[in-house]
Amino acid sequence: MKKGYFGDFGGQFVPELLMPPLLELETVLNEVVRTDDFRARLAGELRDYVGRPSALTRCPTLSERTGVDIWLKREDLNHSGSHKINNTIGQGLLTKMIGKKVLMAETGAGQHGVATATAAARFGLSCVVFMGALDVERQSHNVHRMKLLGAEVVAVESGTRTLKDAINAALRYWIAEQRSAHYCFGTAAGPHPFPELVHEFQAVISREARAQFLERAGRLPHAVVACVGGGSNAIGMFHEFLPDRGVRLIGVEAGGSGEPGCFNSAPLNLGAPGVLHGMHTQLLQTKEGQILPSHSIAPGLDYPGVGPEHSALQASGRAEYGLVNDAQALAAFQALTLSEGILPALESCHALAWVLENAAALKGQSVIVCLSGRGDKDLDIVEQNLG
Amino acid sequence: MNSLLTEKITAAKAAGRLGLIPFLPGGYPDKAGFWDVLAALDAGGADIIEIGMPFSDPVADGPVVEAASLQALEQGVNLAWILSGLAANRARLSAGIVLMGYYNPVLQYGLERFAEDAAKAGVNGLILADLPFEEAGEIRALLAARNIDLIPLVGLNTSRERMKLYAGNARGFVYFVSVLGTTGERTSLPDEVRQGLALARECFDIPLALGFGIKSPEQLKELSGLIDAAVFGSSLIRHLDAGGDAAGFMARWAK
Repeated sequence: MKKGYFGDFGGQFVPELLMPPLLELETVLNEVVRTDDFRARLAGELRDYVGRPSALTRCPTLSERTGVDIWLKREDLNHSGSHKINNTIGQGLLTKMIGKKVLMAETGAGQHGVATATAAARFGLSCVVFMGALDVERQSHNVHRMKLLGAEVVAVESGTRTLKDAINAALRYWIAEQRSAHYCFGTAAGPHPFPELVHEFQAVISREARAQFLERAGRLPHAVVACVGGGSNAIGMFHEFLPDRGVRLIGVEAGGSGEPGCFNSAPLNLGAPGVLHGMHTQLLQTKEGQILPSHSIAPGLDYPGVGPEHSALQASGRAEYGLVNDAQALAAFQALTLSEGILPALESCHALAWVLENAAALKGQSVIVCLSGRGDKDLDIVEQNLG
Repeated sequence: MNSLLTEKITAAKAAGRLGLIPFLPGGYPDKAGFWDVLAALDAGGADIIEIGMPFSDPVADGPVVEAASLQALEQGVNLAWILSGLAANRARLSAGIVLMGYYNPVLQYGLERFAEDAAKAGVNGLILADLPFEEAGEIRALLAARNIDLIPLVGLNTSRERMKLYAGNARGFVYFVSVLGTTGERTSLPDEVRQGLALARECFDIPLALGFGIKSPEQLKELSGLIDAAVFGSSLIRHLDAGGDAAGFMARWAK
């Protein structure tokens, strides 16, 4: 297979000026990240700073109500509140080890920005975060958190003023500052080797979940389910189960308001293959190849592309990808909050909503849902929509 | 087959001057007048004209080019419009024609269909800002079969090894990016540019053009001998935005 590809998807579609730092990063992935020394240091950080292993929580009330044995992998319990920290602590550590001084990132909902700022503070690095101006308005609490953590937050005014424009701005900044800055990519997307690097750091989710479930239930689950924006929590949730052919892998995309033709964030369900942000993958685009604006009630899913490994998993049939709309995600938010006392991030609500919507077909089966983050950041959105 | 682009720059050099390569997004400043602006650039002394293929997410462009491209997109400019317009207007232009843009619109148009239509429209070269050597094999072969040059883009951080990689099958001219950054004007050029150009000169045996960050014709004087041609986009766009005309703009650069 061609280097940096998952099946037909992936690659390095970037300006030549970005090839040197990408090639450098590929070397770092092979010669630093995959060493025993790095892995031991990372394991220490994950245990003592992030708070891993995260819990695997069974949902007794929801299970009884639906007839589906529902478990949650609790990434919301991680330090800083989401799975994003697994990746940023990994990339922060490697930045420190290769001697670069600046950790730069893009963020949509702000969770990755907060996690990057947290890692930068932890490792004594400077931090610059690019965020669409619209997202800066929508996620002011997270902007404030990033600033308190010492990060410079750059509001991006170009394009649709959301995540994709923040990625464009971050790539431009990286071209100019590649000698001192490491681009801490936030999801398992972008040019090779980012999908592989982020995969490496997020695989801890399924490594723990598989072992925990085996220990508790004495067998494997029937399915694991995770929301998919760029797709990093889902890649993390799927990884260790990939060889377990009997375990269904289900990614859930955001269908927006759900009406035909509405803005959505579902390139695997409603997009077509193309090239954006350095990768060949499924994209929301016009037939002429212009990228369409995306939408989801969950800001972290609001992206017109998806990590290339998901496109390949879909093409091979190993993973399935469902669609959940804004209202269904909100209903799942209420259901989990009221029945189990857990406020989930709206992103994760898409994964749970898929289980609730498909409960009849899943009756009697065990399902692990990746609860990728906590819902505190979304309370304004929930309030606006539910009153 | 000979490359028209190489010939154009070589002819300028023989006349004792740098080759001039203005850049303008297709359909900018407006669709109705675009081909006349191009004809004026041509008449004003452009050796090669780069036509931008607008894209919604132009990561390698600075703010001036990005804004101009988005404005063109809003007017409904697309690849089909550019190619059919060029086919109709090619006879008015004596300059070499290069299309410049990003991979996705070309991919969606269809690589083979694109190569075919570009050849019919009289395109001589193609620059795709987000297509490094490793990903370019398929389109390079389709273009080469139609005598269209895929122009290599290299820069200050391109190693000798990678320059050699590009040089292996490079045609037309080499586009050297003068700064580690995006398109756009800068008041001075970094010192490393001289060393980078010298390395490129060593590695390639086709003409060397400098682009990104060139603000004025005066900047080129210090580079004479180091390069064979210069590309300028942002300064042209700003000149047109300020109400200037293409002929007046070219007169400054061509003297």
